[in-house]
Amino acid sequence: MDVLIGQLATGLSLGSILLLAALGLALTFGQMGVINMAHGEFIMVGCYTAYVVQQIISNAGVSLLISLFVGFVVGGAMGALLEVALIHRMYHRPLDTLLVTFGVGLILQQVARDIFGAPAVNVVAPPWLAGGVDILGAVVPRTRLFILVLAVVCVAVLATVLKVSPMGRRIRAVVQNRDLAETSGISSRRTDITTFFIGSGLAAVAGVALTLIGSTSPTIGQSYLIDAFLVVVVGGLGQIKGTVIAAFGLGFLNSFIEYNTTASLAKVIVFVIIVVFLQVRPQGLFTVRTRSLA
Amino acid sequence: MRTLLGRWQTWAGFGVAAVLLFGVAPVVLSDFRLSMFGKFLCFAIVAVGIGLAWGRGGMLVLGQGVFFGLGGYMMGMHLKIADAELRGDAVPDFMQIAGVRELPGYWQPFASPAFTVLAILVLPTAIAAALGFGVFKRRVKGAYFAILSQALAAALAILLVGQTSLGGSNGLNRFRTFFGFTLNDPANRRMLYFIAAATLLLVVAAARQLMQSRYGELLVAVRDAEERVRFLGYDPANIKVVAYTVAALFASIAGALFTPIVGFIAPSQVGILPSIAFLIGVAIGGRTTLLGPVLGAIGVAWAQTLFSERFPSQWIYAQGLLFIVVVGFFPAGLAGIAALLRRRRRRAAEPGTAPEPLAPETDPQKVGAAT
Repeated sequence: MDVLIGQLATGLSLGSILLLAALGLALTFGQMGVINMAHGEFIMVGCYTAYVVQQIISNAGVSLLISLFVGFVVGGAMGALLEVALIHRMYHRPLDTLLVTFGVGLILQQVARDIFGAPAVNVVAPPWLAGGVDILGAVVPRTRLFILVLAVVCVAVLATVLKVSPMGRRIRAVVQNRDLAETSGISSRRTDITTFFIGSGLAAVAGVALTLIGSTSPTIGQSYLIDAFLVVVVGGLGQIKGTVIAAFGLGFLNSFIEYNTTASLAKVIVFVIIVVFLQVRPQGLFTVRTRSLA
Repeated sequence: MRTLLGRWQTWAGFGVAAVLLFGVAPVVLSDFRLSMFGKFLCFAIVAVGIGLAWGRGGMLVLGQGVFFGLGGYMMGMHLKIADAELRGDAVPDFMQIAGVRELPGYWQPFASPAFTVLAILVLPTAIAAALGFGVFKRRVKGAYFAILSQALAAALAILLVGQTSLGGSNGLNRFRTFFGFTLNDPANRRMLYFIAAATLLLVVAAARQLMQSRYGELLVAVRDAEERVRFLGYDPANIKVVAYTVAALFASIAGALFTPIVGFIAPSQVGILPSIAFLIGVAIGGRTTLLGPVLGAIGVAWAQTLFSERFPSQWIYAQGLLFIVVVGFFPAGLAGIAALLRRRRRRAAEPGTAPEPLAPETDPQKVGAAT
């Protein structure tokens, strides 16, 4: 029983990390169909933002809260810049976008290496996140609980914004029918940039949160990128709830398989399960019904 | 007349390539550089397959490192066993250090050279075919396929790092012999280069045959209008699986040659980064052409060794910029630029068909039809 609860807690924690990393992708890849390989590097930008902010503000608690905000703005601005400079030229060539943004990712990684050095840096977690909480016999570190709460808050805010705000309505309108949205007077250019800003900003928020549970190196984003993409693919494009379910599902799956085998084997088994799952449901868990052939 | 000329040109092209690879390169290059060039040829073999699957078939194969690694590891396993047998040991040296006394079960068949060669040809092909059928029959395509193939590369690299019986993150290295020939002997190293060169020529010939055949036309048709091909009564999945499988086979052969030429195979050759790096040469050379990927891959590999020795950090910037500039702004690669220049020159040579100012020459098909 203790083992079960322990694995559930690990899975929940892993799921929330996956969710944070994938949430931005659910917007840029899920809603807009852009494969942004630099998404991982936006996560890294968030990590280093937290590091820099902590160099300026030494109080760990204050710097964490400030860097969540600053990270969102910095990551978002870089995402918007990327959209304006490169991605909007190639909306009709998704596969080429993948390679171009991979190039952007390479450059960003090297920039980080040149500025901060290749060795990993550490961000000090605030004292009120030290230690763990006892949940039904399983000790969960407070940092992981914080990430879980943050993930839930981010999903809630994003879902509310998409659902009720005028900006969210514009985003959904452009996703569902670009031409009709444009004829209704919505600037699809501006909406695209906004979507990209939010998606990349969320990646950076994920990065800030990740500094609580590990050290930051220039290649940190890469290790999360593929997992994040798989979460969005399994969840199905165009909807947030699919991403949420897929993130926690994969988190639980990974933690339980890892308990019975090894970490490296668990990754491979999860991958095989995903491939088999896509045989059954090629469009992921949830789909937005369209009349297109593809 | 044109086909006759075309055939003559093809033979001449192969002749020139053979002279360059077998005659000029061994004379001009030192033994060290020749062996390095052999490594580039391995990358070029992978590139031919990518050109077929990506350039002609429109499948963005981001996981060729998987098949490259499979071929490389299988060859490496055989070489390690052969070395151990030569010394009279039961297990390769790195296993002895780890205290393993008996060869793991899955290593044992690779003691046989014939089985190894067969496995290098068959196993990756079978895996690619199985994966391809699973994925393409369910009409998983485009971005989904690219992400899946990438995840496969990541998964295999992680798996390999965890396998101490395959050398972990160090991989397999320090080979002494290659099917009985000592690798210390420069003559034998040169032989390896010749094998790689001959394989490249064979692979290019096979790819050319595929591209020129009816199958090649179908493949391009699937790339450009998959639904239309389906409505005409073909199954696009089968057509794609063939190209994907052939690309995997080429990558496996290249990996099997890479291992003895370079002297190691490791998870760092399998993961996402090397898998995507295979693509950049193909993109630069011109992904839809036959020779573009070959020349692009060799050129990029050459530039990488030249620059990364002296300016490692600048090389990564250059690599990133190449991806952005070539794929983003010149998707046809150098071959596209060459074709553009050729058209310009032809236009200038024939004053009768000089471009009228009102019709810009942006549409290549129209220009081709006019001349």
